[in-house]
Amino acid sequence: MSDVPINKRRSGSNLSVPNADALDKAADVEGRSLWQDAFRRLKANRAAMISAIFLIVLAFICFVGTAFVPWSYEEIDWDILEATPPNFATGHYLGTDSLGRDLLARILQGGQVSFLVGILATSVALVIGVSVGATAGFVGGRVDQFLMRFVDVMYAVPLMFFIIILMVVFGRNFYLMFLAIGFVEWLTMSRIVRGQTLTLKNKEFIEAARASGGSTTSIILRHIVPNVFGVVIVYVTLTIPQVILLESFLSFLGLGVQPPMTSWGALIAEGAQEMEITPRTLILPAVCLSTTLFCFNFLGDGLRDALDPKDR
Amino acid sequence: MWAYFTRRLIIAIPTLWVVITVAFFLMRLAPGGPFDQEAPLPPEIMANLKAAYGLDQPLWWQYLNYLGNLLQGDFGPSFKYKDFSVTELIAQGFPVSIQNGAAALFIAVLFGIPLGATAALRQNTVTDHAAMTVAMTGIVIPNFVVGPLLALIFGIYLRDTMFALPVAGWNNGALPNRILPVICLALPFIAYIARITRAGLIETLRTNYVRTARAKGLPFRTVVLRHAFKSAMIPVVTYLGPATVFLLTGSMVIETIFGLPGIGRYFVQGALNRDYTLVMGVTILAASMVIFINLLVDMAYAWLDPKVRYE
Repeated sequence: MSDVPINKRRSGSNLSVPNADALDKAADVEGRSLWQDAFRRLKANRAAMISAIFLIVLAFICFVGTAFVPWSYEEIDWDILEATPPNFATGHYLGTDSLGRDLLARILQGGQVSFLVGILATSVALVIGVSVGATAGFVGGRVDQFLMRFVDVMYAVPLMFFIIILMVVFGRNFYLMFLAIGFVEWLTMSRIVRGQTLTLKNKEFIEAARASGGSTTSIILRHIVPNVFGVVIVYVTLTIPQVILLESFLSFLGLGVQPPMTSWGALIAEGAQEMEITPRTLILPAVCLSTTLFCFNFLGDGLRDALDPKDR
Repeated sequence: MWAYFTRRLIIAIPTLWVVITVAFFLMRLAPGGPFDQEAPLPPEIMANLKAAYGLDQPLWWQYLNYLGNLLQGDFGPSFKYKDFSVTELIAQGFPVSIQNGAAALFIAVLFGIPLGATAALRQNTVTDHAAMTVAMTGIVIPNFVVGPLLALIFGIYLRDTMFALPVAGWNNGALPNRILPVICLALPFIAYIARITRAGLIETLRTNYVRTARAKGLPFRTVVLRHAFKSAMIPVVTYLGPATVFLLTGSMVIETIFGLPGIGRYFVQGALNRDYTLVMGVTILAASMVIFINLLVDMAYAWLDPKVRYE
């Protein structure tokens, strides 16, 4: 079981990379570190472990599986040109959509988009949130005042509206969507990190670092940031499903990824229009999306319980 | 306390101004305009159209003009809905959205709080796990999935039974037309409120004053209802701020799925059609609502938690 986080890293999910890194470092030390303890508790949580394994498998299928599907996501089967039930003879293992495109290939490609959005947008949020939060908390004073008032103002803005305006203005650019979503999701992260930083700031080890001549930047990067990671990783795991949901929401409204590319949200929107005839086209992507969100939430809750046992 | 709220109200003005300004200039950055069509209009007609809507003026003039009109409560004319001003469209759409939102909120509180409280009082039992799994399901199945599924079940599979419900249109607010959209909007809400109630109540039940009340020999029921419940509600009230945002975005999906003439649908249509003024109007309205609700939430704290003081 101990190789699970390494598998996670290989699969391209950044979920527990910090966790695994910390574990690697901790492995050199005698005795049980915080991270080892946390990992032991996480392993004991069956729902979280099953979710983690399921997510790895699903991500693997989405990214590698496309190579084994006879059709590509944008290819139209000109012999069919309508929604058909699964047919192994033609290689449409889950049937086709209303334009005769292979449903399985489209679901896999949609999954790639969802996982990519989840990871990239969350990374954007992570970088901004941690830098702003750690800076505000550690530097304090006017900087803190300014940054946190800015976060307050941003909280009062219905940001979904701005994402939609941005998407319209910049022609629904794929990468812009990652950025735009990341720019929205960092607010809570920065508040959490700031709170943690405030409690760390007056600890002896920070004082020691300062006494030995560490600059503000290096103290933030080398001492503050590693110590807030426990809280951050929990929040990251819970942000990923929110981000995936946001992207699906945009795509559902027709403001996200553009055809022929697709995502689970876009597939659900297409499926919803044909549901009387082929409920399959609605239900399959919906099941994929919901299961993924479910697993991320379970994993996040599991991580929280593991890293913060007093909350149980 | 009043000084605090006056200050909050004064801060709200620059916030709104930033929202208006950013939204205004972003919309104008967009390539293409509201009058672009598949077959381009003759340049003379285009020029006349632009002049009629003031789009031929310099941008800063348009901006000042817009702000000036806004101060008089005029959101300008809609570019796509001919003969309608944005104020009229909002006046039509807002009641629809607000009624659905309020109904969903009411249902969510009605079901979510008891669900969460039950789970908290039976913490770590089967009841707790079952309630929280149901709540989690409500969160992870997004309402753009629930909506079509409900429409499929009640509009098509149960079409010829007594359970059949209309799946599209507003029909001047007839009750059957409201049922599905409101349920759809309320489901994730019930889930969030249940989770927050559970967490809040568990935390409150561990506090010293609850222990004191128990030690005095008060029945558990009284302790929960009279002592713990009020402060357990603080996180729920806090959630009402984000919930407003959630309702606003939820209304985009619900109104699109069920074809309701609310502001959410106007916004999505407006964004797709580059109806500048309509998008601006709805954004400003949404921002004002969020600011206003957050202010109300802050006022509610003072009532719920006697420790809270505003300076």
